[in-house]
Amino acid sequence: MSVLVYIENTNGVVKKNIIEAVSYAVAYGVAVGQSVIGVSIGTVSDDEIKKAGSAGLSKVIKVDGHTYLNHQITSAVLADVANAQGSTTVIMSSTNQGKGAAPRLAVKMNAGIITEVIDAPSSTAPIVVKKKGFSSKAILDIALSNNKNIITVAINSFGVQESATECTIESGSSSATDNTLTHVSFEKDTSKISLTDAELVVSAGRGLKAAESWGMIEELAEALGAATACSKPVSDIGWRPHYEHVGQTGIAISPNLYIAVGISGAIQHLAGVSSSKTIVVINTDPEAPFFKAADYGIVGDAFEVVPKLITAIKAAKA
Amino acid sequence: MKILVCISSVPDTTTKINFSENNTKFNTGGVQFVINPNDEFGLTKALILKESNPGSTVTVIHVGPVGNEPVIRKSLAIGADNAIRIDIEALDAVQVANEIAAYVKSNPFDLIITGKESIDYNGSIVPHMLGELLGIASVSPCIGLNINGTSAEMVAVIDGGKENVTSNLPVVVGSQKGLVEEKELRIPNMRGIMQARSKPLTVITSSGSTSSQSVNSYASPAAKSACKMINASNVEELVHLLQNEAKVI
Repeated sequence: MSVLVYIENTNGVVKKNIIEAVSYAVAYGVAVGQSVIGVSIGTVSDDEIKKAGSAGLSKVIKVDGHTYLNHQITSAVLADVANAQGSTTVIMSSTNQGKGAAPRLAVKMNAGIITEVIDAPSSTAPIVVKKKGFSSKAILDIALSNNKNIITVAINSFGVQESATECTIESGSSSATDNTLTHVSFEKDTSKISLTDAELVVSAGRGLKAAESWGMIEELAEALGAATACSKPVSDIGWRPHYEHVGQTGIAISPNLYIAVGISGAIQHLAGVSSSKTIVVINTDPEAPFFKAADYGIVGDAFEVVPKLITAIKAAKA
Repeated sequence: MKILVCISSVPDTTTKINFSENNTKFNTGGVQFVINPNDEFGLTKALILKESNPGSTVTVIHVGPVGNEPVIRKSLAIGADNAIRIDIEALDAVQVANEIAAYVKSNPFDLIITGKESIDYNGSIVPHMLGELLGIASVSPCIGLNINGTSAEMVAVIDGGKENVTSNLPVVVGSQKGLVEEKELRIPNMRGIMQARSKPLTVITSSGSTSSQSVNSYASPAAKSACKMINASNVEELVHLLQNEAKVI
């Protein structure tokens, strides 16, 4: 029996949250006493795949031949490899691809499934792991009685654990195809840095008063190397694109740093950002509820504070 | 067109989450339960599709105990034609998906809509699992849906953008904000509430699904210490703290 970990690539790049999933899988393998094998699918270089070696993964099966993936194909390939390797656990990052393929894979393998997991097993008979729930307002400690499981690892929670190992690549194959869903086209977001796995995020809301005010937010994000996000009202009225909306009905993120400018901090917004490691709130209203959820706060006018912050950050990084 | 909308009953967003019985149970005392917000976008979309496809019906399905019927009735008040409740307290998403799939296998639909994720367990499991169990395509999260005869054009949210796809019906769609806009959401009016009382709510016994997970305990996330306030005239101090104390830049 072995543990598989999906080495997802985004346009040929293996991102940090995938290395985090590898770190998790290596820890999981230690906990259950099984070897861990990576699986790569699609178009990606060997050098990119070998980044998984930095987190302790010594073997990756590379399945070539699929230039287009959807959840049906990804799950079918992973099931083929799991079958060939005798794996009973498959681990992936909680990306769109990971969470899309995992439920289908669970059915194919007749396995249990648990998503947004934040720690390695605390015991093994049965396996017990913790996951995020209630929109990050709770942590659930869950026992898995199925002896086969598909696990998606929450982004930026377990963290990357360095354990440099030589990673060898073996060839694998799968003829998995799909004829239920027809691809028509992709439309890329215009953002420079993807919000879903960004480590640093600068976000702003109605306090900025107009769409034209966002120049300084984008400049602050650029100075930090951060992604930009926004509150719901601002995406509803079209000042910012929908994919920037973080919150209950938007997306949930868990960056290392979340700077909120001119956002009051309604519960629905907090539901999307409360997993952030460090929260900075800048608001003119000292009673803004967001200050109660923040690590650092500045009461002040965004139009004065943000330009000064940009200057200070550029100076600190010089 | 026969449309099935799967709904969950979840604690209202503003609920303070507490646990009871030594942190082994979610404390439902004083909790207001509502239709899962993501499901509401799907329900409205179903009603809009029904209106542009005369002769269509919208059925709501819920897997849960009798105590959840008020939430089901609300979906009837919003405009669904009839409702099915599968009488079992499901302990995990696999159980929910299997119950719905068992029902659909005997009662086919052209379009199945679920929320992309429920705000209590945040699993994101049911939509794609339903697709796999039924052997059909699933698009979740889905922010665009057009029906053309017996096929569907859909817009899927993917990391970094969107993907336009098509599929023959039937298909499973996982709804979220964007499938319809917030301002289009249907809400129950007086007439809807009155009509809901006489719309059929059929209770069906479980197909015998089992769960393979149980919650040992709940905990609150580690509380943050008090917010450190920094003077607006001293932003350098904030930068210094972010670099040396928080170590995030």
